[in-house]
Amino acid sequence: MNNKKASIPQSGLNRRAFLASAAAAGFAATASGLLLPRESRAADEPQRGGHLVLGLDGGQTTDILDPGTYAGSTMFLVGFTWGDRLVTTDPVSGEALPSLAESWTSSDGAKTWTFKLRKDVRFHDGTPFTVNDAVQTLRRHSDKDSTSAALGLLEEIETIEESGGDLVITLKNGNADLPLMLTDYHLQIQKNGGMDDPNSAIGTGPYKLESFEPGIRITFSKNEDDWNEDRGFVDSVEVLVINDNTARIAALSSGKVHFINTLSPKTMSLLSRAPNIETISTKGKGFYSFLMHGDTAPFDNNDLRMALKLAIDREAMLNTVLGGYGTLGNDYPVNDAYALAPTDIPQRVYDPEEAAHYFKKSGHEGPILLRTSDAAFTGAVDASVLFQANAKEAGIDIQLRREPADGYWSNVWNKKPFCASYWGGRATQDIRYTTTQLSTSTWNDTRFKDPEFDKMLLEARAETDQDKRRALYRQMAIMVRDNSGLILPVFNNYLNARSVKMQGWIDDVGNDLSNGQIASRVWLVS
Amino acid sequence: MTDTQQTPSAPVDAPPPGPIVVMRARFPMASRIGERIVLGIGLLLASSILIFAGIEILPGDFAETYLGQAATPQAIANLRAEFGLDQPLVTRYFDWLLGILHGDFGTSWASGQSVSGQIADRLGNSLLLAGAAAVIAVPLAIGLGLVAVLYRDRLIDRLINLVSLAAVSLPEFFVAYLLIMVFVVQHPVAAFPATVYDSMSLWEKLQTIILPVATLVLVVLAHMMRMTRAAIINVMASAYMETAELKGIGALRAIVRHAAPNALAPIINVIALNLAYLIVGVVVVEVVFVYPGMGQYMVDAVTVRDLPVVQGCGLVFAAIYILLNMTADILSILVNPRLRHPR
Repeated sequence: MNNKKASIPQSGLNRRAFLASAAAAGFAATASGLLLPRESRAADEPQRGGHLVLGLDGGQTTDILDPGTYAGSTMFLVGFTWGDRLVTTDPVSGEALPSLAESWTSSDGAKTWTFKLRKDVRFHDGTPFTVNDAVQTLRRHSDKDSTSAALGLLEEIETIEESGGDLVITLKNGNADLPLMLTDYHLQIQKNGGMDDPNSAIGTGPYKLESFEPGIRITFSKNEDDWNEDRGFVDSVEVLVINDNTARIAALSSGKVHFINTLSPKTMSLLSRAPNIETISTKGKGFYSFLMHGDTAPFDNNDLRMALKLAIDREAMLNTVLGGYGTLGNDYPVNDAYALAPTDIPQRVYDPEEAAHYFKKSGHEGPILLRTSDAAFTGAVDASVLFQANAKEAGIDIQLRREPADGYWSNVWNKKPFCASYWGGRATQDIRYTTTQLSTSTWNDTRFKDPEFDKMLLEARAETDQDKRRALYRQMAIMVRDNSGLILPVFNNYLNARSVKMQGWIDDVGNDLSNGQIASRVWLVS
Repeated sequence: MTDTQQTPSAPVDAPPPGPIVVMRARFPMASRIGERIVLGIGLLLASSILIFAGIEILPGDFAETYLGQAATPQAIANLRAEFGLDQPLVTRYFDWLLGILHGDFGTSWASGQSVSGQIADRLGNSLLLAGAAAVIAVPLAIGLGLVAVLYRDRLIDRLINLVSLAAVSLPEFFVAYLLIMVFVVQHPVAAFPATVYDSMSLWEKLQTIILPVATLVLVVLAHMMRMTRAAIINVMASAYMETAELKGIGALRAIVRHAAPNALAPIINVIALNLAYLIVGVVVVEVVFVYPGMGQYMVDAVTVRDLPVVQGCGLVFAAIYILLNMTADILSILVNPRLRHPR
């Protein structure tokens, strides 16, 4: 998998997560227990002890422990199991919460940030955690020669210093989202920032790394000196890399593992019938899309782009390709799992007549070539065939070319003018748009170039008034929806399954796998 | 494949015989074995060139894959220089070859680990799996083949044929899933996933790999069994077998003493091919059972264009294949009575 095309899925809030957190907050005191799903009632008392086994896909023999390199789901989870970030997020609201940083303040229009760090934390080898470790970690990832996947995220940082026992970060431009940027999963705090050995995995997290056989098996034992008592309930954790879908399901069905990830929609309903197994569908920020390059003929014509956007049956795609496990997209890359997301933009629907009208207006004749591959997303070829059939109703002739999965991200995506693709979620709307809609971004995979949009993006970034910010993001979403080359029919849910013996799962809007923190949050019942 | 069925054709009357011809005439067996070994080394060299060239023409390269789409031309150039990719092809080939002669397969670009060490681990696992499967499959196949001949065209023969053909007709992943369904999901008796790791004892490892071993046995059994059966039946039709029968020895003894030794050569070849397959061709079984063998290691490396690993694995696979086929050839020569005694 391409390691820059961060493949880590993001997830959103669903009803069960809301109920679980409401219960935790005490709102459920008067509610009937019958209204709550079974796990919410059992969720009251974490039990300690036991050996948790997770069967995950997305691990490779080429994986290494340096958090700057983390890509697939396995290493994403491994990082959260041994490490801590300075800032964490609330599973329900997605706001920044203290972790190794106790509190923070900003000044100078969100340009200078001061983080007060915890003083009672020790690394797994017994040495105390100091401000210097945080400074070195952030420097290692943000150094201009760094190979860290977080480099792009941290480009706006000017200096990282220790000052008066606190961590002080200065930015080139004001950014109200800095604490959220520090929640990136690559930024696990390492002893001396990993400068001595980036692969040491000596962190402050709930479990200590015991053995690491990349692409095979990774084991952890409980960190007895954990600074946070409300996590890490089991004695030991074992991650088994099982990349084969059927093998993963067999491992769960036979009780050899407690949890598996990345189910296909087709298996979800079958698996939910099995006794002792619960399927988990978590709303996500990730989406499936078709990308047109707005600067390349014939896609440089907005009438043609609009015709194609109207010529796709989103409902049908959601139900057939995703088996209903997802939500409709509206051609802008943000949904309500993001903070300050617009809510009242009308949903674009399939309208062959309107599509035919715009297609005629565009003056384009002849077939349109769409490149596709199942590397783009699960079911991308099916989705493309469906799109082809939908468009035919509007008199638009889409020709499909199936590209090899190997090399799709190097040779097709962001290179060819019309192709299928996907994106995982990002922490904030600002990061989402900066990555793919800003004129100067190298990953502007729809070649959307609008100076007005760029200006609004920077304005929203430094804006500390939430209402003004929300209004700006709404306007930006409409610009992307109506003018860009992004066809976004569906947001996909993240599909996992667990044994009933594993309790305490929390749906986290931050990301899949309970935002990577499944091992620190769940416990086992006998 | 081999041509050991031919008799060595020393040109007895051709004047004047050169020294090589004389050697061949005097030591037909030793010289044929020598030939095989030289041929094997030549083949290995040729395949090393093929592997190197083949990987060279793969689209995409590690620097681009590693750096992602945001890679600047300068960063790609730096990375290529670091890995010596800016050197000419021939220079790189000989550097690589020289390293391998010293047992050094280079360093993995993706993980920075020594390729030799990683291959050693993985190869050990692959050999364990293949070895366990072979220890069961080979005697079983030959035994069943003999039984099938003994009860030729009777119920037992038909049954053995039917079952083994059915097993070989099913794709290996399907056999694997069937075994998992029955012995893991429905009747949880076997270990799963079959992941082995360093801290396990040999006994624990063997217990863990029961299912993949069973799958492999089912997959390779039919081929060897049918070849045994066919080869022996072929020999059974010859005059000396009739003589054996006429002099009154039992059917089993006739097969074991007289037919089997003369039918060995083709059987050995089929066994060698199947052993090679067990080591180099079982990536699907490895994936399904989550077994850390060579196949998965190589496939992962190909995905990220980790060339030293791909080249190393490719060469090891080629070497195993050549070695096993060479051994089969040599064994065929050794068991050929006509070659055992120089004329």
